[in-house]
Amino acid sequence: MSKPSFVYVTYIRTTAEKLWQALVNPEANRQYWFGAHQESDWKKGAPWKIVFADGRIADTGEIVDIDPLRRIVIKWRNEIMPELKAEGYTRCTITLEPQGALVKLTIMHEAEREGRHKMIDAVQSGWPLILASLKSLLETGQALEGTDRLPEE
Amino acid sequence: MDAVFKALADPTRRQLLDNLHARNGQTLGALCEEMNMTRQAVSKHLAILEEANLVVTFRRGREKEHYLNPAPIFEIADRWIDKFERGKLRALTDLKKNLERDEE
Repeated sequence: MSKPSFVYVTYIRTTAEKLWQALVNPEANRQYWFGAHQESDWKKGAPWKIVFADGRIADTGEIVDIDPLRRIVIKWRNEIMPELKAEGYTRCTITLEPQGALVKLTIMHEAEREGRHKMIDAVQSGWPLILASLKSLLETGQALEGTDRLPEE
Repeated sequence: MDAVFKALADPTRRQLLDNLHARNGQTLGALCEEMNMTRQAVSKHLAILEEANLVVTFRRGREKEHYLNPAPIFEIADRWIDKFERGKLRALTDLKKNLERDEE
């Protein structure tokens, strides 16, 4: 029996260096991550968080493992929605693999236990837009329209 | 993109994707059982889905796990959906889901 998980694999016409910068640089994050950015020293064991443009803390966690230009593993918990926060931590593994002129980017976001997991349901609708926008930013210089801020209610 | 449409044109392969959507990360054995098909037949369909990047696999110990990859479908949808319509479409899908849930 497998744990609830979300996987997204996309191929981006860029270099591992540029993709890595776009992933860890707050200025780059803001352009495609709904105006939010991540804060971390990007070292093993370092705290990690996502901060919305208005200063609210969306998610918190820790860098479980990091291999520059190749892989980041994040222990990840939502902080905004009480029902998601109550579910505890999830684990997100981000992997970069250069393949010729492309870089294969894999996101594996999984629950740490079996059974229905609302946080995994939630990331299913968030990740595709963020990652499609990241791809667009790196390939065309422009993120997808509307992904530089939170969608209006 | 041709590979994606070709892969999606078959009902058995769509069923495989539905099964992975319901339970991600299944082994070939588990999928065969659910589909009530031979390993050979399921492997053949999975290979076409992998070719189209609709299914990706990870090795975990001795097992190979199969995962649904929504990226190709999302990227195709994005090509024809206008930036302004994206939010509205999502709101409509949410509304549809909520209404259908209420009916149950």
